[in-house]
Amino acid sequence: MLRRYVKPVVVAALLLPWFWLSYLVYLETLQTGSGLGADPVEELIHYLGEWSMIVLLCAFSVTPLSRQLKWPALIRSRRLIGLFAFFFVLVHSAVFAVFYAELQWQILLREVFERPYITLGMASLMILSLLSITSTRGWQRRLGKSWKRLHQWVYLALPLALLHLLWLRKDGYDDVAIYTLWAGLMAAERLYAWRQRQGQKAVL
Amino acid sequence: MLIRKPPTIVGSEITPESVYHSRRQFMTAGAVGLAALGLPLGATAGWQADDEITPENIVTQYNNFYEFGTGKEDPAAYAHEMTTDPWSVEVSGAANKTGTFAFEDIIKGLDVEERIYRFRCVEAWSMVVPWMGIPLKDILAQFEPTGNAKFVEFKTLYRPDEMRGQQGFFSSIDWPYLEGLRMDEATHPLTLMVTGLYGKDLPNQNGAPWRLMVPWKYGFKSIKSIVSIRFTEREPINTWKQLQASEYGFYANVNPAVSHPRWSQASERRLPSSLFNVNRRPTLPFNGYADEVAHLYAGMDLRKYY
Repeated sequence: MLRRYVKPVVVAALLLPWFWLSYLVYLETLQTGSGLGADPVEELIHYLGEWSMIVLLCAFSVTPLSRQLKWPALIRSRRLIGLFAFFFVLVHSAVFAVFYAELQWQILLREVFERPYITLGMASLMILSLLSITSTRGWQRRLGKSWKRLHQWVYLALPLALLHLLWLRKDGYDDVAIYTLWAGLMAAERLYAWRQRQGQKAVL
Repeated sequence: MLIRKPPTIVGSEITPESVYHSRRQFMTAGAVGLAALGLPLGATAGWQADDEITPENIVTQYNNFYEFGTGKEDPAAYAHEMTTDPWSVEVSGAANKTGTFAFEDIIKGLDVEERIYRFRCVEAWSMVVPWMGIPLKDILAQFEPTGNAKFVEFKTLYRPDEMRGQQGFFSSIDWPYLEGLRMDEATHPLTLMVTGLYGKDLPNQNGAPWRLMVPWKYGFKSIKSIVSIRFTEREPINTWKQLQASEYGFYANVNPAVSHPRWSQASERRLPSSLFNVNRRPTLPFNGYADEVAHLYAGMDLRKYY
C-alpha cells in the first residue's frame, strides 16, 4: 500500500529546494540584492552546493536505511535520488562556469587549477557524471558485473565533495561536521553489513 | 638611517560624500569651483571613473564579523546583542599615557572626517564606502607613544554571551580577534579610525563603536569593535595569521600579483553584483593607493611579506 507513495513523496521533497530557489531568483529579478543578497552569484553557487551535498548524502543513505528499516521498496528510489543529486551538482557547476566565470576560458582554467578545492569538486563532478550516464537499465545490462564496481566510485566522489567543501572554508565548520558524521554513519553501516555477509559466507 | 618624507594624500581618496555625489557639476565647475568648495586642487585625481558608492543596505547587511557567525548576514542579524555603551578602551605598552579610557573621552575634541575608500576583502570582493572617522595618528598621538613603540596591536571585544560566534564549537579562531600595524602604517594619513558610515553612527555589525580602516590592506586588517590598543616593540600576532600563516600574513597589502594559496587575487567582484553581471574588475596594487603607500614597503619582498 505505502509502496505506491514512496516515489511521489520523494520527488515532491526533492523539488522543494528548487521551488524555494525559484522564489529567491524571482525576488532577485524584482530588485537586485533582495533574494540572493549582495553577491547573488556566490550565494546561488553556495545554495546549490549545499543542496548537492545534502541530496548526495540522501542517495548514499538509501541502501543502509532500507536494510535497517527492512523496507526494500526504498531501494527503488535510489537512482531517482542519485540523479537529483547529480542534477544539483551539474547546475552548481554550470552556474559557476556561466555566471561566475562568465564562460571566459582563462578565468575558468585559472580557477580550476589555482583553487585546489575546485579541482576536487571537478573530480567529484566527473565521477558523478559517469555514474549518472551509466545509471540506466541498458548500461546496467551492458556492464554486467562491472556495473557494481563502477558505481562503488561513489565512495570516492562523496569524500571528494566533502573535502571540496571543507577546503573552501576560512572558518566555521558546523555543516561540514554534520555532513561528515552523516556520511560516516552510512559508511559504517555498510561496513557492518559487509562483515556480516562475510561471516555468513564463512559459516556456510 | 632611513628618513621618510611625509606622504601627501591625494584628495581623491578623501572626497566627502556630498562632493562625490555632485562630482559631475564639480568637474565642469573646474578649478574655480574647487576653490569655492574649499578643497585642495587635484581633489579628483586618482579616482577611478567607474567607482560607484556601494548602497548603504549592502554595506550594512553583507559583513564578515565572525564574532557573530560566519554567514555574511549573521552580523546584521545578531550584532544588536552587543552592548556598545558604555565602552572602555585599554591603552597599554610603550606610551606615556596608558590606562583605561572611556571611548567618548578618547575621541572628544577630534574632528570626524568623511572619506570614501575602496574596501577590498581577501575573499576577492570589494565595495566603495563613505566612512566617517578620525585619522588614527591623531588618536594615537594622545597617548604619547615612546620611541619603543614600533608596532600597535588592537583587540576586539571578547564577550561570548553577546557575541554568539565566539561560542562556536566548530570555529578554530582563538578569540579575541587581534590585529596589528607597523607604527608608520598606523600613523599614515590614510589610516582611519572609523566611527560612522553614510553620515550616521557606525552600526554594530560594521564594528561599533569604532573600527579600523586601512584602505590599502585586505579587509581583515581593519579590526572592529576595538577594546584594546597596545604599543609594542615587536610585531604583534594577528588572528588570521595565527590561524593559517601560510595563507594570511601580517602585512596583508592588497596585491594582485600574490595569490592566496587557495585562490587568485588578480581580480575582484565589485558589490553589488547581479545575477547576470558579476562585476569583475582587476585588483590594483595596494588597492589603488600605491602612490600614497608603496614607499612604506620600499625594498621589501612583497611575496615574502604578504
